Formats: sequence, structure tokens, C-alpha cells
Amino acid sequence: MRLINRHPDRPSRLLLVILPFALVLFAYFTGSAERLADNPNDKLLPSAVQMSDAVKRLAFNADSRTGEYLLWQDTASSLRRLAIGLGIAALAGLCLGIAAGTLPLFGAPLSPLLTVLSMVPPLAILPILFIVFGLGELSKVMLIVIGITPALARDLEQRARDIPVELLIKAQTLGASTWTLMLRVVLPQLLPRLLISLRLMLGSAWLFLIAAEAIASTDGLGYRIFLVRRYLAMDVILPYVVWITLLAWLMDWGLKQLTQRAFPWYEGAPK
Amino acid sequence: MSFITVKNVWQQYADQVVLEGLNLNVNEGEFCTLVGASGCGKSTFLRLLLGQESASRGEILLDGQPLASEPDASRGVVFQRYSVFPHLSVLDNVALGLELPRAPLLGRLFGNAKREAREQAAALLTKVGLGHALDKYPAQLSGGMQQRLAIAQALIMKPRVLLLDEPFGALDPGIRKDMHALLLELWRETQLTVFMVTHDLSEGFSLGTRLLVFDKVRLDPHAPGAYGARITYDIPLNSDRRAQRAAVEALPLPLAGTLRTA
Repeated sequence: MRLINRHPDRPSRLLLVILPFALVLFAYFTGSAERLADNPNDKLLPSAVQMSDAVKRLAFNADSRTGEYLLWQDTASSLRRLAIGLGIAALAGLCLGIAAGTLPLFGAPLSPLLTVLSMVPPLAILPILFIVFGLGELSKVMLIVIGITPALARDLEQRARDIPVELLIKAQTLGASTWTLMLRVVLPQLLPRLLISLRLMLGSAWLFLIAAEAIASTDGLGYRIFLVRRYLAMDVILPYVVWITLLAWLMDWGLKQLTQRAFPWYEGAPK
Repeated sequence: MSFITVKNVWQQYADQVVLEGLNLNVNEGEFCTLVGASGCGKSTFLRLLLGQESASRGEILLDGQPLASEPDASRGVVFQRYSVFPHLSVLDNVALGLELPRAPLLGRLFGNAKREAREQAAALLTKVGLGHALDKYPAQLSGGMQQRLAIAQALIMKPRVLLLDEPFGALDPGIRKDMHALLLELWRETQLTVFMVTHDLSEGFSLGTRLLVFDKVRLDPHAPGAYGARITYDIPLNSDRRAQRAAVEALPLPLAGTLRTA
């Protein structure tokens, strides 16, 4: 049978899903064990015990200097910045996208502007943000907002244009004004798309967050990683990276569930 | 005076003439079917009637007034596809037409007004045979049911003109027959003036009280866009239905009203 026609059955699919993860973990821990056998003080590939000790220290023991539980404090700070940044970007992107995609008079000036803005590398203007907004929370949130709003707006603009013109005409024959048409026809059709766009932008949002925290911050997941880098503390960095990955994955999964629950009509409701 | 008057209408895109010298008088309550070869301007004419486009030359009068140059609630429309809103349930698709004109700020009604709108919508939906599917989304309906929904959605506005752009073009022959019966029933009960574009000649003959054939009378092989289509045949049809409608029209108003809704 040709390879293209061979499909895994349920148990073998599960096995195939687990296999690459298991291989990576196996390779890591074999390497770790070998290096630690050579040199018990090796810092590069910490063992599971060393990492869980570090996690215990950061998550369940109060920091002796500040009295805070560092992992949770870092997580809360980072998630707050991310949520505010994503929230503002989603709102701005939605408004700009609907205006540019639905109203030709707004689209004419907005479309080219958004195209150019989305080409500006956000990290290149990070210094400007620090100069303008200072080193506080605002500049970190602004980096996320500025980094993902143009792309979000452009995607939503395109989706608004994709709404069949028949539907817009129909709404007008049902007595809609421009405003109510946007409110009741365009907006609800774009909301699920907004959630999907946000999912795709999560990676960039985390990137901007960690970059901003690495450069100027006093807490946050990105800050901690860059701080302990000075001591080659791989036993902290690796769990933090895993934790960030898990958080990002959970956010992605949550947004996906929300799309399916809140907009059952979007991806073909069951007959 | 006729209800809709088309005076010497031309429609031209760049140097492509689509319609030329169109003249037409239509009385209220007529059922006009528009037939003709592909690309001969039937749908363009429908878009002119809808207000989606405005004519390059000439004018269209509705009740003696020039037609509004954008779509509004006086003219309902059903397209072949994309006629219903995918994000609203069947009930809300129809109730929307009652909500939008009455709620200029939010586009939705609340409380009693909302309940009344939904009851009215549900009654109409039951009439077109969708009473069992009020809570479904359009994607869960078959093609024929979607078009029933689209028709109900247009009729809830009580428009004076109903424009149909190949509404049954994508349906199976059997379903199409049911839809014909439904459409005729609704036409009989209301004072609707219907314009229906169709590719199906037999559909055009069996439904309409008047068949309009669009065709190009002049053709320059070196410049295919130089001349547009005109109405080459204007055939009165189904004289029984015409006579019946005329008889009802002639009755005193209150009685005519009860007959129509009977």
C-alpha cells in the first residue's frame, strides 16, 4: 500500500503522538545523566531532581528577601501584561479592521497605513517605547499592543471584505443603517475570526513580552530567565521555559474552546 | 399610472454597454419573470431595481418617485446564495428585519418588543414550513430550506417589490416545485410586485404573469461590448391569475383584504 494511503488507527496514533516527546525527554535525561556522572557540578543539563528542587524553591518557598513566592509572582505579572496587551490589541484591531474592511471611505486611508505599520519590526522601536513611556508597565504593554495590532487589524479587515456583498445588501433591505449593519452583521461574523487571529498571534505576543521583560523589569517570567542566566541556572531556566510553553498552550486551547462554545455556527454546526 | 416605470435606461461599464434603451411599465402586483442568455443584463436590471447600482442614463420611477439609489426596506431581495445570515438562528434571521428599523442605536429589541418580534417571525416561518427549525442555524438547513428562510426574511418587511435573482437555481427539481408553490401562494396573499430572474424557461413561463426576454438586437462582431441588451419580448402569461388578481383589486378594500389573507 502506498504511504499516502496508510492511516494510523487509534492506539497507534496515540503512540505516534507520544513518541517524539518521549524521545526528546529520553535524549535529554541520558545526556544529563552522563554529564553529571562525569562532573556532579555540571550546570548545563540539570537532572530532574535538580529541576524539581529549583521549582520547589521558587514556587513553594517564600523568597527570603521579598517574602513573595517568585514563580507565582512572575507568572501573575507576565500574565497581567499579556492580558492587558492582548485585550487592547484585540479591541483596537477589531475597530480598525471593521472600519477599514466595511467602510470604503475609511479603508482608503487606513489600509495602506496598516500595511506599512505592520512591516515595522516592533523590537526595533522598543527603545523608542522606553524613551516615550518610561521603563514601567506601560512600555511593556505598548510593545505587545504595537506589535500585534496592525497584523490583527489587517487580518480582520480582510475577513470583513470576505463577507459576501449579498449579506450587506440584504441587511440594508431589512432596514439596517451603517451602524446597525456593522453591529449586527459584520461584528458578530468577525468575532470568531478575532479569536482565531489572537491564537495565531499568541506566539508573537509572548515574544514581545519576554523581550520587554528581559530588558527592563523587576519581575515576570522573562525577567527571571534572563536574571538567572548570569548564574548559568539551567535548573531554573528549563522549568520556566516549560511553564511558559504550558501557559501559551493553555491559552491557545482556551481560545479554541471559547470559539467553539460561543460561536457554534462558525465551523459548521452539526446537521 | 403604472407602479414601476422604466424610462430609457442604459447601463454601461467603461466601454461595455450592458443595457440599452430599456422602457417598461409594470403595474402593482405583477409577477415578472426575466429570462435571457447569460450575461445579457437580467441581473444588472435587477440590481438597478434594487438600488445596488444606478443607471448610466435614464431613470426608474417607483410610484412616480425616482428610485432610492441605495437598497432600502421598500424592496426585498432573495439571492441564489448568501441570502441569510450564518451567525443568526432561523428565528433571529427573520426577527432581525423587525428589530433593525425599530432600534437605530443597538439594532436589537429587548423585553416585550423582542418577544413580539419573535412571535411575528415564528408565525411567518411556520407558514413557509420552517416552524420546526426555529433554533437551527442556516448551515444546518438544506438548500431549499435556506431559500424558504430567505423568502420569509424578505417578506417580514412587507416590501412592495420582491426581487429574486435565480433563487431556485441551485435546488433539486423536486424541491424547486415545492418552492414554486410556496412563492405563488405568498404572491397571491400579498400585493407583492415580483421580479424574478431565472435561467429556467419553463419556470419563467409557469410562474410569471408577464415574461420579459432580454436579448441583444444589435451585434458588432468586432466590438462585442458596443451594444447592450433590450427587452425583445414582453409576453403576458397565466391569464387566469391575472384576471383573478384584477378581480380582487376591483373589490372594495376591506373585502379584498380578507380575500387576500384567506
